[in-house]
Amino acid sequence: MADLINLFIDDVAVSVPKGTLIVDAAKRADIDIPVFCYHPKLKPVGMCRMCLVQVGRVKLDRGTGQPVLDANGSPEIAYGPKLETSCTTPVEPGMRVITNTDLVKRAQKDVLEFLLTSHPLDCPICDKGGECPLQNLTLTYGPGVTRFDYADKQHLDKHYPLGELIFLDKERCIQCARCIRFQDEIADDHVLGFYERGRKMQIETMSTPGFDSKFSGNTTDICPVGALTTRDFRFRARPWEITNVPSICPHCPVGCNISLGTRRSAKGGGEWEILRVMPRQNEAVNEIWICDKGRFGHHYARSQARLQKPLIKKEGRLVEATWEEAFSLIADRFRAANGKAAGWLGDRVSNEDAWLFGKLFREGFNSAQLVNRPHVAGLDLVARYGVGVGTNLGNLGQGDVVFIVAGDVEETAPVHMLRLKAAVERGAKLIVANARETKMDRYAAISIQYQPGMDTQTVYSLLASVSNQQSAISSQVAKFAPSDNKIKAAGQLIAEAQNLIVMLGDERPYPVMVQGQYTDAGRALAQACANLVVATGHIGKANNGLLPLWPHNNTQGVYDMLSAQGAEALSGEVKALYLVGTDPIGEGQNLPPTDFVVVQELFLTPTAQQADVVLPALAWAERDGTFTNAERRVQRYYKALPPTGQAKADWEIFRLIAEKFGLKWSFFSAEGVMHEIAAQVAAYAGLDYVCLAETKEEWPPVGTSSDLYFGGTAYDNRGGVGAQTKSLFEINGRSELKWIEPPPPSGQSIEPRRLNRPGTLIDQSAIYEVRLRAAELVKIEA
Amino acid sequence: MDKYVLLRHRDTPDIHKLSVYGEYTALQKAVTTLTPEQVINEVKVSGLRGRGGAGFPAGVKWSFVPKDRLPHYVTVNADESEPGTFKDRELMEFNPHQVIEGAAIAAYAVGATRVYHYLRGEFKSVARRMQAALDEAYAAGYLGQNVFGTHVEIQMFLHLGAGAYICGEESALLESLEGKRGQPRLRPPFPAVVGLYNQPTVINNTETMANVPYILNHGAEAYKKLGTEKSPGTKIFCLSGMVKRPGNYEAELGKISFRDLIFGENFGQGMMVEGRNVKAILPSGASGPIVTEAALDVLLDYESVAAAGTILGSASVIVLDDSIDMVWAAGKVTHFFRHESCGKCTPCREGTYWMEKQYQDILKGKATLADVQLLQDVAQQIIGKCLCPLGEFATSPVLSSFQHFQAEYEARATDAKKVVPAKAASAKAAATPTAAKTADTKAVPTT
Ligand SMILES: Cc1cc2nc3c(=O)[nH]c(=O)nc-3n(C[C@H](O)[C@H](O)[C@H](O)COP(=O)(O)O)c2cc1C
Ligand code: SF4
Ligand code: SF4
Ligand code: SF4
Ligand code: FES
Repeated sequence: MADLINLFIDDVAVSVPKGTLIVDAAKRADIDIPVFCYHPKLKPVGMCRMCLVQVGRVKLDRGTGQPVLDANGSPEIAYGPKLETSCTTPVEPGMRVITNTDLVKRAQKDVLEFLLTSHPLDCPICDKGGECPLQNLTLTYGPGVTRFDYADKQHLDKHYPLGELIFLDKERCIQCARCIRFQDEIADDHVLGFYERGRKMQIETMSTPGFDSKFSGNTTDICPVGALTTRDFRFRARPWEITNVPSICPHCPVGCNISLGTRRSAKGGGEWEILRVMPRQNEAVNEIWICDKGRFGHHYARSQARLQKPLIKKEGRLVEATWEEAFSLIADRFRAANGKAAGWLGDRVSNEDAWLFGKLFREGFNSAQLVNRPHVAGLDLVARYGVGVGTNLGNLGQGDVVFIVAGDVEETAPVHMLRLKAAVERGAKLIVANARETKMDRYAAISIQYQPGMDTQTVYSLLASVSNQQSAISSQVAKFAPSDNKIKAAGQLIAEAQNLIVMLGDERPYPVMVQGQYTDAGRALAQACANLVVATGHIGKANNGLLPLWPHNNTQGVYDMLSAQGAEALSGEVKALYLVGTDPIGEGQNLPPTDFVVVQELFLTPTAQQADVVLPALAWAERDGTFTNAERRVQRYYKALPPTGQAKADWEIFRLIAEKFGLKWSFFSAEGVMHEIAAQVAAYAGLDYVCLAETKEEWPPVGTSSDLYFGGTAYDNRGGVGAQTKSLFEINGRSELKWIEPPPPSGQSIEPRRLNRPGTLIDQSAIYEVRLRAAELVKIEA
Repeated sequence: MDKYVLLRHRDTPDIHKLSVYGEYTALQKAVTTLTPEQVINEVKVSGLRGRGGAGFPAGVKWSFVPKDRLPHYVTVNADESEPGTFKDRELMEFNPHQVIEGAAIAAYAVGATRVYHYLRGEFKSVARRMQAALDEAYAAGYLGQNVFGTHVEIQMFLHLGAGAYICGEESALLESLEGKRGQPRLRPPFPAVVGLYNQPTVINNTETMANVPYILNHGAEAYKKLGTEKSPGTKIFCLSGMVKRPGNYEAELGKISFRDLIFGENFGQGMMVEGRNVKAILPSGASGPIVTEAALDVLLDYESVAAAGTILGSASVIVLDDSIDMVWAAGKVTHFFRHESCGKCTPCREGTYWMEKQYQDILKGKATLADVQLLQDVAQQIIGKCLCPLGEFATSPVLSSFQHFQAEYEARATDAKKVVPAKAASAKAAATPTAAKTADTKAVPTT
């Protein structure tokens, strides 16, 4: 690297990129400088004054601008008259930083003593106690005693709700503004601010409803004291009593790495519970953030409404049965169906479940009629032209273009929104095309608004303006040559892009079901997006290709598994239907006509109520497995809770049913299933639970094992960062342009995607109910 | 020369009317005959120093504005919140055109088309008079699209603050102007490079601007003849406290002393209550170290006052007589800083609160000698750690009052060796270091 700067910190030679702040340069040399307001993800503000150090700079001759040399010929160093804040001062060549003299130590003690004069010191009952930067730094750098009279402390509200999810303890706040800055800089929801001044200065919410942001929970993680707490977790446990189990958020295709903080709880009748969900650092996926749905949407795992035992319909009523009874019945009926069986698989299940479901159908039920639900168009195209291995939105910047079409990133893949915003700040360019305005338009270099149903046409207009090269589809594309200057400008951006990611959503007139089959109305759009990346050569490379905005977390993985099992669309008569983790009836759709229905579920959904057999499955937190996110990153999650009732893991249920068909599968764990997947699915070759558990050193270092001043014991990634699988194009190099005539607009309205839409799982989080209700209110007529 | 450079309304009544003020000849000269560089140079040569407190040379500041990043802005600081400061107000109410003309020249010099004049929130009525003057200037073509028929555009706007002392600090002022919370910014970058809306911005005090027309009309050389070599020009001294005739007095820098200002016939005319002596002087409102009558003969220019261990600042001279309890007075000042601390940085936010608590205990007779010592320690502990100068300012009245009046503090301690009534103690303290001089009431002519 050309721009390295050499300096000395406490006599240690350090070499860091230009622009690095002293505090970070020191961290690289394993020298801790205590901080409170500074956070490596936020812009420095220099407010708390905790990070003061001595800074010496090379003395320059005023006339020549050359360093002044001492008797030995080395440059003379001039130390400033005051200590300087290392969090705001960038390194300079030849700088000498001193962090360990009495002068500096005195200043650290002084600032800590000041901070503690208004602090209530209620560590013994504080949620943060045990992973609190203020506590840690006081013990390391602070004075042992204070000279401030305890009786002089100011008293403020200790239970102040900022919104329905986050509480503020005004006494504990040390006015570092990390929470405000997170909301302003990272989330771009300007809903927090200071109120009053001086010692009375307090955090206040500036929005109605309070703290109106999808990312509010993150402030509780980065708050360096216990001032911000979640309604979910506050006063429920001490951090050291918690077991942090690495997991993956089950709510959306970002696949945020999380830690499930579990413990036996009195409230939960002495049983194990998830007390909190916190981000687990993975700089390639979610960095150290998660959205509120991920944080507060875990309650379904421990819901009272969970299915406890198998149920069998007897005389029109579902009654409890044994597994053996259920399995026997299922085996009889599917054998009788004699190949006329169909499976509908929800896309929230793990890869292992999907694999064995397909295998059971093929080997046991002698059928390949497998559908993944809900239907999203263009799965095969995404599998082929999806973003290349090594893709990391965190690396996008100058020269990179992201084109978003028919999707609202914040509502479908919230954490992507944060990372794309940051990418734009680093110089990446966004083109946003939608039928309505979305938050991404704020960051767009070019925003295009089309009439509902004109999504595909818009993509082709764009393609027409990018290139007029002869190709298999060039004559058709040419018909869409744009007159609109915005589209032309967008085409220009794409033509000049070094890297191009196309994010395609499904916010378009819904596909309709005709005779149990979906019309493939979204396919034209997916094909158009595929054509765009293929025609411009933006495939098969890191940070290039398609990135889907799908409604669920494992759409990609379920597709990968089912297609590798040779899944076919429903074609003929269905005598026995097996639904796993999906609720068509609850969504207002019908089942195909059939004689026998098995539903494998967590809850007695409307579909389950119609079933002949209902099988209780384990929730994700009760078992091991892997999910594949939209970037095709396969990630492991771990068992965090004991099972509910007699529920079993989906893959295990399939194995036990397979036994009834005389199949001797030797899978005793999800890990074993992954071995077979790796052996049989090209893209997953080489993966196993060991390599998926590998971690790597992350920058910035947060979490207890690597540093003590960003707190958060759950940040530390001990579960693995996962591995990106190859796209089909990367495997076999085949690509083709294909023409599907864009359907004319149907006149149907579009239902905007909502993160906080009610649903079987999220409905179980009572704490989140207000958000769900609010989301219903904001529904927009397209 | 005329008697007044700045407070010209005192000679020329109704100068707030354009018809009396006359044409903006200095501005006309600048835009029609001088290049911006020549204007900057003229102001540089004049040696005009900022009147807002720090005394930084105005022309030098203007020359820091990078040429390549447009737009540029000029802001005029009329926050005037320093206790005992009331000079900008008089200028704006009675000689507003001179301020406007000066600011317009500054705008031309640095290539700004927008001038924002930031007035403290309480200056509503002042703003009305300023606005009337602005309207006249626009109507006369001195402001607007084509100033004096040239292609130069200068627009000037008034903005009222919302009552925070810290908004006089230049970077907090900019935040406030931008509609944000009035809190200082980190520096560097300095406003001349990254200022209002992140654009290069010149900020000058209102009085500083009022000096500029004189410099262009009469030339830098004529200006330099006023005052001293390093502190050229005249300055308005805001005299208040326990003097007979408080008010604004304009005088050449370095030509009068504190004694002249307080006792001179054309100035304060001595103490309010006959027979009382000067006990302490706050030379720069609340913000500088307090001095005693020992400093009476110090001449009033930036260098001489600094040599006496304090600062001239905005030249808000507050005089306290020997009836005053200095612990109470320093406590009052500390209360002010505690109240005005913006809260952004820890040492000032917490330290001012703590110091005020100490004062409350000392004044209530609940403090021990150790508590008195702690007050000093806390002040020391703030120094050198704050984000903006306010925190530092807060410590100087405390530490300087200790320096001069330690006995008064100690006498109030519960475990003081000998309990002396506060009044006696203060008298003793006043008497010890330098014997009170007989007041010299000889008048010194202004110019
Ligand atoms: C706490 C604080 C308060 C200030 N208040 C004022 C003020 O009320 N008026 C003013 O002109 N300058 C004030 N200043 C000085 C300004 O920051 C700035 O230096 C000045 O406006 C520059 O103008 P000048 O160069 O013409 O003096 C204050 C500075 C500080 C640190
Ligand atoms: S609530 Fe926490 S993060 Fe926010 S300012 Fe207070 S201490 Fe900092
Ligand atoms: S962004 Fe998606 S994966 Fe991440 S926490 Fe939210 S719902 Fe979960
Ligand atoms: S020193 Fe005081 S006024 Fe200045 S930034 Fe710090 S808290 Fe605010
Ligand atoms: S001032 Fe540097 S960490 Fe707060």
